[in-house]
Amino acid sequence: MITNPRAVDRIAIRDSLGYPAITLLASMIGFGSLVNESGLPLGMAIAATLGIWGLPGQLTLIEMHAAGASAFFVILGVALANARFLPMAVSFMPLMPSRRAGMASDFVLVQMLSINSWAAGLKRFPEIALELRRRYYVVFGTICMSAGLIGTIIGYLGVEMMPREIALGLIFMNPLFFAILLAGVNNRPSLIALLIGAPLGLFFHLVVPDFDLLLTGIIGGSLAFWIGQRWPQRDNSP
Amino acid sequence: MTTVSYFGLALLTLGAILGTYFWRGMGVLFASRVNSAGAVFQWVTFVSYAMLGGLIARMVVLPIGPLEETSLLIRSLAFAIGVTVFLLLGRRVLPAVLIGVGSFIAMIFFSGALLSS
Repeated sequence: MITNPRAVDRIAIRDSLGYPAITLLASMIGFGSLVNESGLPLGMAIAATLGIWGLPGQLTLIEMHAAGASAFFVILGVALANARFLPMAVSFMPLMPSRRAGMASDFVLVQMLSINSWAAGLKRFPEIALELRRRYYVVFGTICMSAGLIGTIIGYLGVEMMPREIALGLIFMNPLFFAILLAGVNNRPSLIALLIGAPLGLFFHLVVPDFDLLLTGIIGGSLAFWIGQRWPQRDNSP
Repeated sequence: MTTVSYFGLALLTLGAILGTYFWRGMGVLFASRVNSAGAVFQWVTFVSYAMLGGLIARMVVLPIGPLEETSLLIRSLAFAIGVTVFLLLGRRVLPAVLIGVGSFIAMIFFSGALLSS
């Protein structure tokens, strides 16, 4: 059991600076370049990265706006795209209980939660003393958010300096990153929902472009839910 | 693309941030009081995933914006290469993305396939 705060800092820095920081830097470079190419301001790219803090929701915001959806549907779409944060937060927050502050600080800390910090916490927390887990989470999350912020800015500013082929490659990185990150989820019903959603999304986009993603989510998600009920799975990771 | 004021964009982004935070905040409120494997949570998660699957397909097959300059064949091939590399070679995200994007850039470059410009 690790009880030394300095040791916790070192582990958090080492865990975050490798793979998570590089992945976030790369994916947010793609995101920043997309925001620029969509004709939207840098401030919006930065606010979306730090405020939404999840590539799927950020891409939903930019893509639905670019598609001309009204603000109400864009916001509803982003909210639905991020619904997976609910089960994530419910299962994760109790793993790092606060000693005195009560719940107030939880409402701040939960903003840093992402699939990276979720996975890192689940893996490391068993080795870390209860009262130091928040420290690990904050150090890890701050480094991840910084990498995401730097990537967003590099992508936004850098895409203009690139040859056209590479600029388009950076934008193409968005759907590919997005698909590969989600394909890595070890939860068969979620993957089924993803696969059902793909053709439905194309169909509804052609038929009812204003409601395409919402209908895709509700119909595809319900279908996947129904299938999941018939073939129950043990694994419930989000 | 529609011209929207900075104020409108700021409101839109703020709404998207609050719409995301809603789930995070509810998660803190409900933490340890409900079972995160419950049916409602599962349904909500599947709705997210189905929606995201639809969005990925649309971004590749029917993109809006700059990717319209590229051909559907190149986008689909590069996407398939990236996902296949991910599934076959040990599920490592970064090499798969780099190979997928690299093959996309190479195909555009060598086919001279930019539709406009």
